[in-house]
Amino acid sequence: MASVKTTTLPGGIINRPGSTIDYKTGTWRVKRPVVNLDKCIGCLICWIYCPEPAIIKRDDGKIDFDYDYCKGCGICSLECPTKAIRIVEE
Amino acid sequence: MLVGEIKTIKELYGLDLIAPGHRACAGCGALIAVRQILMASKRPLIVVSATSCLEVTSTPYPQTMWKTPWVHLLFENAATAASGIEAALKVLSRKYNRQEHYIIAFGGDGGTFDIGIQALSGALERGHRFIYVCYDNEAYMNTGIQRSGATPLGAATTTSPVGTKIVGKTQQKKDLMEIVVAHRIPYAATASPSHWKDLVNKVRKAQSYDGPSFIHVIAPCTRGWYFDTSETIKVARLAVETRYWPLYEVENGRYRITHPVPNPKPLEEFLKVQRRLSHLLLPENAEILESLKAYVNERWERLQKLSACFA
Repeated sequence: MASVKTTTLPGGIINRPGSTIDYKTGTWRVKRPVVNLDKCIGCLICWIYCPEPAIIKRDDGKIDFDYDYCKGCGICSLECPTKAIRIVEE
Repeated sequence: MLVGEIKTIKELYGLDLIAPGHRACAGCGALIAVRQILMASKRPLIVVSATSCLEVTSTPYPQTMWKTPWVHLLFENAATAASGIEAALKVLSRKYNRQEHYIIAFGGDGGTFDIGIQALSGALERGHRFIYVCYDNEAYMNTGIQRSGATPLGAATTTSPVGTKIVGKTQQKKDLMEIVVAHRIPYAATASPSHWKDLVNKVRKAQSYDGPSFIHVIAPCTRGWYFDTSETIKVARLAVETRYWPLYEVENGRYRITHPVPNPKPLEEFLKVQRRLSHLLLPENAEILESLKAYVNERWERLQKLSACFA
């Protein structure tokens, strides 16, 4: 029986998981969230509602922003229970 | 109590299966819902995605945001592909004692309500062990806000605009949950990303069943519903608090409202924050508003009666 020749179409397979990190969506941002660490209680509610995710937990349990990827939507500021995050112009 | 119930956010930290840098709009509701679902899911996980906003924004070739095996298919056959993967892996695990996998299929409301419904129906009927998640942004947002079977009455879309002849969509929203429940599957539920604890535990519960399960999650869309990017979660929460989006589950045919809303906010509060629906508050559209309110109230009363039956 003749051997079946298989060809792979160009494209179609992406073999590096999570490779969108190469693209910095932070350049889309027109407003920037800023956290007041005195008010932050480290509840991570901003983190669970972040669509990116662009919020990182610091070693002391409080949060910090990854401005490389934050698109500045402002959900974190609106949902923060202690109003520790404010939105400022870039 | 459910085994492995998630009680605090800190249990979920570090379980992200999506990478930042994806091209979803700022404040995308679908990405919040998908992110929470993936965090809650058991591993190893295979994700199947129909054509949708999610597919377009998550994999701008040659990049991908997924940190788990992911396959994209046509608009209509996410459920079919998920059942094929499940059947193949079942044989492999039987023959070679491989580890069992979990499978989640994602479809938008267009890919579930309209285009993918026969594939979904077939997969539910055959009883494959997978979760089908419909993230519902209530129109074809990916192609530019066209009406779908999920669009509510009176909502303005580009194909059902507000004008002198019609005022938004002239039909009610399709009740997809009832169609799914009619397949007598082990588990079906509605969820909202604003109530994250409810959502993640529904995912865990769905994966504990040896059969198909369905999760219908609301995904507010800043572009198509016309609200500020910061209000995504607020809008999702208002949908629940006004009884527009009842949170309930159907476990082996037994209905249960998981988030009772004893004192609902008036529906107007949900409508006025979105420009696609705010025209219903004008006095000349009072009739449409009444009709939408009647639909919402009837569905809630029906659910209450059904859950009382099984209490």
